[in-house]
Amino acid sequence: MTDLIVDNARKDFGGLRAVNDVSFTLGSGEIAGLLGPNGSGKTTLINLISGALPPSAGRIALGSVQLSGRRPDLIARAGVARTFQLVRTLPSLTLIENVMITAVFGSSSHWGSAARRVAEEALATVGLADRANAAAADLTYIDQKRLELARAIAAEPKVLLLDEWLAGLNPTELQEGIELIRSLTRSGISILMVEHIMDAVRALCPRVLVMNSGRLIADEATGAALSDPAVIAAYLGEDEDA
Amino acid sequence: MTRLLLPLAGLVVLAALPGFVSEYGLGLMIGAVTYVTLASAWALFSGYTRYISLATVAFYGTGAYVVAVLNEVLPYPLVLLVAALIGGAMALVVGLSTLRLAGVYFVIFTFGLSELVRQLITWYEVNVTGTLGRYIFLDISARGIYWQMLALAAVTIGLTAWIHRRPLGLALRVVGDDETVAAHSGINLARTKLIAFVLSSVILTLAGAIVSPRWVYVEPSIVFNPTVSFLTVIMALLGGANRLVGPALGAVPLFLTFEWLSANFPDTYSIFMGLLFIGVVFALPEGVLAGVDRLRARKLRAAA
Repeated sequence: MTDLIVDNARKDFGGLRAVNDVSFTLGSGEIAGLLGPNGSGKTTLINLISGALPPSAGRIALGSVQLSGRRPDLIARAGVARTFQLVRTLPSLTLIENVMITAVFGSSSHWGSAARRVAEEALATVGLADRANAAAADLTYIDQKRLELARAIAAEPKVLLLDEWLAGLNPTELQEGIELIRSLTRSGISILMVEHIMDAVRALCPRVLVMNSGRLIADEATGAALSDPAVIAAYLGEDEDA
Repeated sequence: MTRLLLPLAGLVVLAALPGFVSEYGLGLMIGAVTYVTLASAWALFSGYTRYISLATVAFYGTGAYVVAVLNEVLPYPLVLLVAALIGGAMALVVGLSTLRLAGVYFVIFTFGLSELVRQLITWYEVNVTGTLGRYIFLDISARGIYWQMLALAAVTIGLTAWIHRRPLGLALRVVGDDETVAAHSGINLARTKLIAFVLSSVILTLAGAIVSPRWVYVEPSIVFNPTVSFLTVIMALLGGANRLVGPALGAVPLFLTFEWLSANFPDTYSIFMGLLFIGVVFALPEGVLAGVDRLRARKLRAAA
């Protein structure tokens, strides 16, 4: 099985412990929300899993494959794809090229028409198929987000890390976005999504992980977590006065 | 096939040109083709990755110096081979130690590298061999040099076109846009940049080696002239560093302009060069070819 295993992951920035011995397992095909107030360490945790930052301690693995301590390109090739909190597209490349890169350099190493086909399918999934040859620089914000997701899909990943992918969408787009993510889970991809939009979390995630000040303070069913006094306190910031 | 036919016909015409020009004209042509080679080779790495290298002359000068040292010891083709190997090895060491540097630090390092190589060779020549200058007496005609340089220019542009259609070309373009995305998409950053840097540097070294018999007398201050590095950058930028023929397109008119300026205004021509450098960066940051594209797009929109 290809569970994502995070075992006592820790990240220190000088004296600040941004991620404090976090442990959890994300099952194959499972989708979980990653919640917490700003600065609680969610994005840092995503960065540790994807290899953008090396953990200071602990172990992260995908099934039997060790991820922690490896370069981000090797982690990507092992089957971990991600999007970025601040959307990152490649402005001088066309849409199809933007998406193709994960098919070419990711775990499947396609080239030529095979890579193109994977990229076209991913663009179709996010609704950008008709603009495959447009320049990415000309896209609106929401289309850039779609493009970024298409790039992650074209990697044919085992685990997908979404960092506030639904943020900034209007209500109609949000509904489309939720359906899009739901359709991905049906194809067997495990998803860990950082998200502040509770409607989306309730609609998509049976389970949530909640972080506060670098610590994992809850790992439970979504309904239970959202009524958990510790979680509510973290969001309202009551512990800061204590 | 037709895509290949036109460049090949052009190459044949260029190869036949020396039969119709004066000795002075041939000298100009050698200079122009040399800068076409330098700017195209520079763009093979820097145009794609946007790592602005000022190390051009470190490799170019090393090529010339290898010929100066070995021309009486080894047959000429072997001298070229040794020059290519030394340039490649130098690029490998420099690349491994610097390609992690971002933006302006890389620029400064590459500039420093050129100075370092010049000072090292000067020190070695003065303290170990006891001479500063060296002579190159090789029985190679101006035409022979022109044809070799033309071949190298053609190989450089052909290699760039080939890489552009390979995964390496795609990886380099991604690196140029966003290294973070590149890494998280599975691209090995270090290897991608290193391959392009070494290929580019080998060509720069060979260009120096091929043109060196023209100089007859070489010494570090001549062959490691930093102006070469700056000219190469400005030529590639003027034409468009991320276009296949952009650097060549920038190199020819700029080389001829500088030749004319330095002949007519020997004391002040570097002022013009500085002004032109500023002008290019301000007016055409992506080069003339991109400017032409933009103009055409505007016309199309106006017509619609």
